[in-house]
Amino acid sequence: MSERSFPAEWRRRTPRQSLAIWTLWFGLVALTVWCWQVMNENTIWAFVADAPRQAADIGSRMMPPRWSYLPELLWPLWDTINIATLGTILGVILAVPVAFLAARNTTPSLLFLRPAALFLIVASRSINSLIWALLLVAIMGPGLLAGVIAIGLRSIGFIGKLLYEAIEEVDAAAVEAVTATGASRAQILEYGIVPQVLPAFWGITVFRWDINIRESAILGLVGAGGLGLKLQGSLNVLAWPQVTMIMLVILATVVLSEWVSANVRSAII
Amino acid sequence: MLEIRDLTKTYKTGDKALNNVSLSVPKGQVVGLIGPSGAGKSTLIRCINRLVEPTSGAITLSGRPLTGIGAGELRAMRRKIGMIFQEFALVERLTVMENVLSGRLGYVGFWRSYLRRFPAEDIQRAYRLLDRVGLMDQADKRADALSGGQRQRVGIARALAQEPELMLVDEPTASLDPKTSRQIMRLLIEICGERGLPAIVNIHDVPLAQQFMQRIVGLRAGRIVFDGTPAELTEAVLTKIYGAEDWAAMRKGTEEDKAADADTLREMLRLGA
Repeated sequence: MSERSFPAEWRRRTPRQSLAIWTLWFGLVALTVWCWQVMNENTIWAFVADAPRQAADIGSRMMPPRWSYLPELLWPLWDTINIATLGTILGVILAVPVAFLAARNTTPSLLFLRPAALFLIVASRSINSLIWALLLVAIMGPGLLAGVIAIGLRSIGFIGKLLYEAIEEVDAAAVEAVTATGASRAQILEYGIVPQVLPAFWGITVFRWDINIRESAILGLVGAGGLGLKLQGSLNVLAWPQVTMIMLVILATVVLSEWVSANVRSAII
Repeated sequence: MLEIRDLTKTYKTGDKALNNVSLSVPKGQVVGLIGPSGAGKSTLIRCINRLVEPTSGAITLSGRPLTGIGAGELRAMRRKIGMIFQEFALVERLTVMENVLSGRLGYVGFWRSYLRRFPAEDIQRAYRLLDRVGLMDQADKRADALSGGQRQRVGIARALAQEPELMLVDEPTASLDPKTSRQIMRLLIEICGERGLPAIVNIHDVPLAQQFMQRIVGLRAGRIVFDGTPAELTEAVLTKIYGAEDWAAMRKGTEEDKAADADTLREMLRLGA
């Protein structure tokens, strides 16, 4: 038997591909250098040199936080939590049908309804909740309701997108098996798909609620109620110790909501 | 009695998965469908309950048509056809009981099934079936807590809950170890025997098919190339179905498997199973 000879050399990429990759990296580095240069051109170096002193100055004025301001913050804090919670609920109610319309395996019409649902999701995601709130305050006047709706509208995109991806990832064999029993469309959803996406659903919802707590804390800046209103008031009168106090309250709330969301998620998986 | 006449399925890609297949399965007969991967076995059984839409041809079950009927009629006919899957296809996050009761979905309305308020007779039937497949004490466990063999037993109970007139079985043992495979095959054959149920069993494992099936149909490239008893499945026939291969070596393996099987049986008797 004659010995076959095998190539002794093997490369993952052809020379042309390697060259293309190196060119790409070179371009990226060149771009970074250029951006750095543009940035420096427009910097007033006197201000930068001054920055540590300014920071120390504001820092000293912010310290210590004004603890006596705390009782005044409790009611706006309650408002903020309500905006986040009600907004999340509104978002969920609107997002669930959108997600089922957008998912390839559950949409009644691939040609018309799916693109429409995807557009809704993108539209909702492309606008920050602060902008939604700005619009809504202009339309319906300042107040909590504008905040709730702003949070709700922004949440549709987030929940809708993650949920429809979860729906598309379900085990198709189980759905096929339920179909084979002669189940109706609604029954196939309820027995084949819903149990499979339920953990994802709760995880997404609690995660979004956690994000919404943070977002609703600043919605007051544009007049949509909650802690942000107090923040703006304090900033306007340069009451730095109050600003520190508000930030501490926001931090505590976010830590708490993180803790809740982590626990809920570990409980359902 | 299942009648398939001139069944053809051409996929959108242009692949002709089935080419003028005609087949009839009388009451109580268990047919093994063998053939290489891609021969159209899976497409054939999925055309019967129309999980795959046939391109042309006619299928009837007990004289009632399965092709050319509306969505409502199709659902009513699907109830009469139990299906068992290779990867069990249970809804993993539902309990064993919910999985078995899902076999009744075609018979109960949406709200009843949504609220899990199944009729008493359905619940009794479900318990009886769980007892029959040996999973009485697992009813409230989640399906993903069970072993492979146990999951397939749940799959069998779900299919039987439909009170089917025909069983479609797609590679029931491909995800199981050899010992469990034999136990599952034996259970299937027993149950079909008890109820006089006709069944079509897609099966990769030729020795297993020869051991358990009454009749074997060989499919190659979408056509039936053999239809006979297990004894008639000679080397020449296997070569016709699968192409050339050393069948004698495989036979020898079968003898060993049979010995192992007898061993399993002794073991089970010893354990009082």
